[in-house]
Amino acid sequence: MEITWQTIAFFAFAVMTLGGGLMVVISRNLWHSALFLMLSLFGTSGLFVLLVAPFLAAVQVLVYIGAIAILVLFAIMLTRRMMGLEETQNTQWPAAAAVAVLLFIILVITLSPLVDEKAVTDIFGDKVANLNAHLPVDPDAKGSGVVANDDLKIVTVEKIGEALVTRDGFVLPFELASILLTAALIGAIVVAREDEA
Amino acid sequence: MYYASKLLKDAGLSDGLANTLGIYISVLLLATVFLLLPIFTIWVERKVAARFQNRVGPNRVGPFGILQSIPDVVKLLSKELIFPRNVDRIPYMISPVLMVVSVIMMVAVVPLAPNIIGTDLSIGALYFVAISSLSTIGVVMAGWGSNNKYALLGAFRTVAQLISYEIPMVFTLLVPVMLAGTMSMQKIVDFQGDNYWIFFYAPTAFIIFILSNLGEVGRSPFDLIEAESELVAGFMIEYSAMAFAMFYLAEFLHAFLIGVFAATLFMGGWQGPFVQDLPVLGILYLSAKAFFIYFLTMWIRLTLPRFRIDQMMAFNWKFLVPVSIVHLLITGFLWKVLPEPEVTGNIFDRLFNGEALLRVGVMFLLSALVFVFSLRMLRNAILRGREATSAKLREAYPAAHAAAAPAGD
Repeated sequence: MEITWQTIAFFAFAVMTLGGGLMVVISRNLWHSALFLMLSLFGTSGLFVLLVAPFLAAVQVLVYIGAIAILVLFAIMLTRRMMGLEETQNTQWPAAAAVAVLLFIILVITLSPLVDEKAVTDIFGDKVANLNAHLPVDPDAKGSGVVANDDLKIVTVEKIGEALVTRDGFVLPFELASILLTAALIGAIVVAREDEA
Repeated sequence: MYYASKLLKDAGLSDGLANTLGIYISVLLLATVFLLLPIFTIWVERKVAARFQNRVGPNRVGPFGILQSIPDVVKLLSKELIFPRNVDRIPYMISPVLMVVSVIMMVAVVPLAPNIIGTDLSIGALYFVAISSLSTIGVVMAGWGSNNKYALLGAFRTVAQLISYEIPMVFTLLVPVMLAGTMSMQKIVDFQGDNYWIFFYAPTAFIIFILSNLGEVGRSPFDLIEAESELVAGFMIEYSAMAFAMFYLAEFLHAFLIGVFAATLFMGGWQGPFVQDLPVLGILYLSAKAFFIYFLTMWIRLTLPRFRIDQMMAFNWKFLVPVSIVHLLITGFLWKVLPEPEVTGNIFDRLFNGEALLRVGVMFLLSALVFVFSLRMLRNAILRGREATSAKLREAYPAAHAAAAPAGD
């Protein structure tokens, strides 16, 4: 395998993601777990950058680190006696570890043929193999210089936006998600509201 | 980036090496320049603050005291770094680094002149928002890691404040993105070269952008994070020496970067006369605009007293957020409805034809109207609130009210 800057960066981000994820579950201090979760999410966003998906990378940082992980931290800080637990709280960790390893093996078996397009076509039909072809792509767009491979197709922000609002794109799920979020927002206000009386 | 690589190539290095080295050199150069900038802006700020408060300010080291920050830095470098007992060491030490890094990373997408930009990301504006949310983590790590109740209270306030003020900031950031039709910072600046500055299309967005960014940085009048009369120094209470200095550095740099980003997004960035012939002029124009906005923020900081925390949240959620949403809708609607001027001829033909003038005039007027109208609503709401409070007090303490009222009442 040829060692390029991309390879080195990939392994750095992979270690960040997996190591962070591992520390989330084995750290004794819940607050440290939340911080490791952020590290793991940051590694994921680095992987998105390497895949020439800058939009996803930025959204990953903004939504997962900037909002969700912060809320997790906040919840932990407001919860009493959640810190510095010395003894293990439950005895199910061997089973959990076994399930995690099993899931990993299943994922590897399922996903590794994806590298070879023909094998995927044999298993799933050409729909999955041409996954890229289904996304609206802009052949003229040039990479941000992160990936040297020129024939990688780049999904620009404009195309993602168009896909979200066109009828043969994802307009229905998009609108449904918007309504759900608005309802959640109104619900939160109603719950938090002081009584008028 | 191009210039450094080109120079190295001319010096006889291979293409690949020259490109890689060129990137590293320009990153180093850009980061260092912006890191050293606060040494200057701290002096500017102290001098301006002194003038506002009828003092002289630093005047001993160098002409006009301009070198004052250098002995300050040397002093801070020579101080001891103190770890209080029960401090969570690793988060405690990562926090100041994270604060500075998150601010420095923003510089990457600032277009300094035509062709001089760290990296012209296609999602530049989004990158700015994403990176500025990282500093929240630094504050939380400092607040909890310090094992100090004031630091923790400061961290709680920070999370509430930073997350809230991000919302109007994003909604006003959408205005330049929407008008220019791109999130790339360089293209937003290019757009303002072909049309009017976005400030003239949406002055209200400009004002709200600066106000919400002041809340994001946590400077006075929004410095509830470190309100010294309530929290001593907030999340940075336990820090000493360079760790403290790094928080200070991050704050001053962030405050200046507000000016840089507001100038880039709303005031044409590096655009100015003759800039296409001599790109270096762009840096000059950008700094002039940035320092002008920086001066405005200093003016606000030095004039207004600190808000109360509930007033600050109410100001954001009940004023900035609704106004920025309504303003975004109106701007988008007008931009679509008004006739689009033709893009031919030189800059004067483009700016001073009937349609271009009509578009900018109507948009400016309506945007300003939104602001004036919402200010009136804010004023009335405050007066009503005040009246309700005093009515309640009158009811509760009729004797005190009668005694306090003037004789002829």
